[in-house]
Amino acid sequence: MSQKSAQQKKTANGNGAPIVELRNVSKRFGRLHVLRGVNISFERGKTTVIIGASGAGKSVILKHIVRLLMPDDGEVLCNGQRIDTMSDRDLVSIRMRFGFLFQMGALFDSLTVAENVAFPIVEHTRRSRSDIAKTVAQKLAMVGLDGLQGKKPAQLSGGQRKRVALARAISLEPEIILYDEPTTGLDPIRSDIINELIIKLQRELNVTSIVVTHDMASVRRVGDRVVMLHEGHFVFDGTPAEMESCSTPTVRQFVEGRAGGEQLAGI
Amino acid sequence: MIITSIGRKTLGSVEAFGRFWSFGLRTMRWMFTGLFRWRNWQLLMPQLYEVGNRSLPVIAITGTFVGMVLAVQAYDQLNAAGFANRMGVLLNLTLVQELGPVLAAVMLAGRVGGALTAELGTMNVTEQIDALRAMGSDPIRHLVVPRFLACLILCPILTLFADFCGSMAGSWIAVSLKDIPYEPYSYYTMDAVTKWDLGVGFIKSVVFGWVIGMVACYKGFTCRAGAEGVGRACTEAFVAIFITILIVDFFISSFSAGLYKVLYGFKSLV
Ligand SMILES: Nc1ncnc2c1ncn2[C@@H]1O[C@H](COP(=O)(O)OP(=O)(O)O)[C@@H](O)[C@H]1O
Ligand SMILES: [Mg+2]
Repeated sequence: MSQKSAQQKKTANGNGAPIVELRNVSKRFGRLHVLRGVNISFERGKTTVIIGASGAGKSVILKHIVRLLMPDDGEVLCNGQRIDTMSDRDLVSIRMRFGFLFQMGALFDSLTVAENVAFPIVEHTRRSRSDIAKTVAQKLAMVGLDGLQGKKPAQLSGGQRKRVALARAISLEPEIILYDEPTTGLDPIRSDIINELIIKLQRELNVTSIVVTHDMASVRRVGDRVVMLHEGHFVFDGTPAEMESCSTPTVRQFVEGRAGGEQLAGI
Repeated sequence: MIITSIGRKTLGSVEAFGRFWSFGLRTMRWMFTGLFRWRNWQLLMPQLYEVGNRSLPVIAITGTFVGMVLAVQAYDQLNAAGFANRMGVLLNLTLVQELGPVLAAVMLAGRVGGALTAELGTMNVTEQIDALRAMGSDPIRHLVVPRFLACLILCPILTLFADFCGSMAGSWIAVSLKDIPYEPYSYYTMDAVTKWDLGVGFIKSVVFGWVIGMVACYKGFTCRAGAEGVGRACTEAFVAIFITILIVDFFISSFSAGLYKVLYGFKSLV
């Protein structure tokens, strides 16, 4: 089945105009110049994987897309609308179309698993209690955690927390899902389940996905396109197959998981 | 070098001050626009419980002992001067106007302010506040307004409670231990402590509640990454609240005393 799904995925076509676009985005934190004029557009219905070293600014890019961070310079667009200059009120309706899986999960400690997953639904819709409970159970089942509704996040393992966070990210059926390291900290089997879930959401609901990851298996599995962030720019942009055969040293090192002479010099 | 560094520090604090006020204004805006939604009231109830429950016992103890200490301290001098019957005047005026509001606020700041900053600070560094924003909710409406309102509402109530405990404990010392007759004690007290004094104490406690809620939430929201950042934010919040309370107390006292004289002239209590 996985062969076939991959086939389908590769031929599934986005309809032209980019759904999210970053134009010449720069971001500094004090002296640290994290993004130096980043240009990228994300196609509708495609899964784009962002790779890059820790601290390269991958999470910073995701946060710009939903305006959790504002660019010092440049523009961020969603469906051709400027996000960085839009009013707070308009922003709410844009944000509702996104699902954001945070790197550490970012579940609300004070709420139960069910309340966490139900949170966006309760906030933005007027659905009945039983209806919401049904959706929550369904979303939790998708990540393999139905039955944990009454637990508090502190009672869960790291991997479980991340999966609950994923259930919360997809509870309002978003068009675009931003995954920040969805498989980090999970065992290989769980990772594969998450990968399959990403593929399934993309295939069945035509979700646009942007996945930040270090996990090369995940890159190969889910990516329609891979981009690599290095020193504030994208230094690679292509399909996973092209990535495998790319000869640029920074990309090669990352793909093979090998440290170069410079990095090893300090040992 | 030094000048630029001082310049930058000044600019930094002006900026922080501006951010604090913008934070405060946004809180006010959400407070009034959210007044008519039942869901917002549901958020408030647990906070009221939390704040009240945390601080009631310490405030009872503080009020009681301060009342007793005042009585013990004042008695000898007043008795020697032949004013022992009027001890309640001194005791209750001090309590209602100064010690009640200030001590209740300080206890509230220690018990609740620190906890609020720590809670919001932890939510901030674990990206829970970002998550709230990303889901299209406003963290100020959701997190700040209920906590701020709880402080604003409960500070005056807890102050009254501290006044009550102190007053009872003080009169118990006076009447039972120091053998001051009850009749004149209560007569002089009732005569001296007016609505004006209660009003000044009330206004103070509302302002202190405002300071506690606002500063504690602001510090939590702006705290730096890491557990260390949260700890620092708590300390900073407490120190800032404590100092602000003392300074504001001085100004309200001076202003109200001046205003009283203009309106009613000088009133002798002895
Ligand atoms: N809000 C912030 N304030 C200050 N520095 C930040 C902030 N967010 C990220 N950074 C810094 O930006 C750099 C990139 O961070 P991040 O995007 O999280 O890296 P990663 O690529 O591992 O996700 C890091 O050095 C981080 O310390
Ligand atoms: Mg990251």
